[in-house]
Amino acid sequence: MAMLEVKNLSISFGGLKAVNDFQITIEKGQLYGLIGPNGAGKTTVFNLLTGVYQPDTGSILLDGVNITGKKTIDINQTGIARTFQNIRLFKELSVLDNVKAGLHNHHPYSTLEGILRLPRYFKVEKEMDQRALDLLKVFDLDKEADYTASNLPYGKQRKLEIARALATKPKLLLLDEPAAGMNPNETKELMDTIRFVRDNFDMTILLIEHDMKLVSGICERLTVLNFGQVLTQGETADVLNDPQVITAYLGE
Amino acid sequence: MTSLFKGLLVPICTYVILAVSLNLTVGILGELSLGHAGFMCVGAFSGAFFTKAMADAIPSVNVRFGIALLVGAAVAALFGFLIGIPVLRLKGDYLAIVTLAFGEIIKNLINVFYVGKDANGFHFSMKDVASLNMGPEGEVIIKGAQGITGTPKASNFTIGILLVLLTLIIVLNLIHSRTGRAIMAIRDNRIAAESVGIHITKYKLLAFSISASLAGVAGVLYAHNLSSLAATPKNFGYNMSIMILVFVVLGGIGNIRGSMIAAVLLTALPELLRGLNNYRMLIYAIVLIVMMLFNSAPKAIEMRERLFDHMKKKNRKEAA
Repeated sequence: MAMLEVKNLSISFGGLKAVNDFQITIEKGQLYGLIGPNGAGKTTVFNLLTGVYQPDTGSILLDGVNITGKKTIDINQTGIARTFQNIRLFKELSVLDNVKAGLHNHHPYSTLEGILRLPRYFKVEKEMDQRALDLLKVFDLDKEADYTASNLPYGKQRKLEIARALATKPKLLLLDEPAAGMNPNETKELMDTIRFVRDNFDMTILLIEHDMKLVSGICERLTVLNFGQVLTQGETADVLNDPQVITAYLGE
Repeated sequence: MTSLFKGLLVPICTYVILAVSLNLTVGILGELSLGHAGFMCVGAFSGAFFTKAMADAIPSVNVRFGIALLVGAAVAALFGFLIGIPVLRLKGDYLAIVTLAFGEIIKNLINVFYVGKDANGFHFSMKDVASLNMGPEGEVIIKGAQGITGTPKASNFTIGILLVLLTLIIVLNLIHSRTGRAIMAIRDNRIAAESVGIHITKYKLLAFSISASLAGVAGVLYAHNLSSLAATPKNFGYNMSIMILVFVVLGGIGNIRGSMIAAVLLTALPELLRGLNNYRMLIYAIVLIVMMLFNSAPKAIEMRERLFDHMKKKNRKEAA
C-alpha cells in the first residue's frame, strides 16, 4: 500500500482555483519532489495535506487512513510532520526546548505532575532530554542545545525545524523549500542530511524545492505543478527532460 | 519599622501575586488581559462571602480563611475559563477587549447585588435590602454598593509571604514543565505549535484559568486585610488592572522576578514619598521612566551585562 495517496484534490479561494484535481501517490521510503513556478500552488498542497485548509473535493489517504478534512493536530498524530517555507521556530525557546515541544505528545505527564514535581516529571523529562539530544546530534546541533533558537544561524534554523518535525515521529515528512537561502556548501550538506534521515529514520519524504541541483540530486520521483494543476509526474530524469516542463518552468 | 510600612506589607504581597499571575497571561501565554482586577474582585467577594456566610458553621477564623482562599481561586478560575472558552479561540487582541469589559461589568454588577441569610437559607436580590424578604433574624451579607462589612481581618504578612511563595512555585514549575513549554510554543508560533500536535485552545485556557485563579487568591488576601469590602473604581477598576499591567511591563514581560521587584517598588514608593507631598508623583514618574530604560534600552542592557560579567569574574577570582 502506498504511504500517501491523494486523489482529485481541489480548493478555490474566491474565484481562484488554487489547486485543481491534484493527485499524487508516494510509496513508503520514497524521496519525492514537488516543483513548479512561483504561485503554482505547491505550499497550498502542503497546507491541504496538513489540514491548514480544508479541501473542496478529493481524498487524502495516509498509510491507508483517511485524513481528509481532519484537523492539523490530528493529522500530525496520524503521522504527517512538516517544515515551513518561512522558518517558524519557537524563537524564544532554547534549541533543546524546540525539539522537546515536538516530543510533546510522545512523552506525556499531566500538568499537575509538572507543578508538583512528582517523580514522573523527572523521569519523563530525562527521557525527553535524552531523545531530544539524540535528534540534535543527527543534525550536528547538540553543541548549541542551550542557545535561544532565534540566535542560530539561518542554515541551522532550517535543520532545527527538521529535527523538531522528526520529534513528532511522523511517517511522512513534508519539507517546504529546505534549501531556500542556503549557499552551495550548505545545500550539499543538507542533501546528505535528508538522505540520512530517509535511511536511518525509515522516512518517506515529500519536498518542495527550487534548487534544481538538490532536486535532481536526491529526488527519485517528481510532480510538476503549474497553475494549480499537475503538469506531469514520473521519474526525476524523465520529468526534467519533458519539453512541457522546460517551457513552463525550467526554461531553455 | 513604622506602622505605615507595616500596613503596606499585605498589600505588597497582594500586588506581587497579581503581577506574577498577570505575567503568566501576558509574558508566557502572550495574550493581553486588561481586566485582571476583575478576577481579583471576583475572588475577593467570593472569599469574603464564604468567611461571612460560614461564620457559624466553622468557628475557626484561620480555617475559614484557608477554605476561602480555595473558594476565591476556584470562582476566579471558573470566570477565567468561561471568558476564555469563546475568546481564546480567536486570533488577535480580543482577549484585551473582553477582559476590559469583564472588569467593569463585574464591578458594577456587585454594586447592585444583595445577598442575605436567615433561617430559611440564602436570599438574593438585585434591588434593595427590603426585597430580600428575609425573616426578622436575617443578616445581610452583601449589601449592594456598601459591599461586605465585618470581614474578619485574617490576613497577615506571614500568610501573604506564604501565598507569594506558593504562587511562585506554581508559576515557575508550570513554566519549566511540558505544559509551560507548550504554552510558550503557542506564544512563539501558533501555526508551528499546531503542526507539532499541540492543542492550542486547551493550553491557552489552562494558562489563562491558572492566571485568573491566582488573581482570585490575591483578591481573597486583599479582602481579609480590610474590615469592609466594596467594589469601587479605586480598588477593582480599570486603573487597577492597568496598574498591574504596569508592574508586568516595567518588570519585563515574561520576567517573573522583574515583575515582583516592580510590584514591590511601585507599591511602596508612593507611600514612602508621602512626606514630599507635591513632588511625589513627579519622582514616581521619574522612577517609572528610569526602570523602563534600565529594562529595555539596548545600551542599558549592554551595561547591565558587562556589570554582571565583571561580578562573575570577580567571584571566580575570589573562589580561586
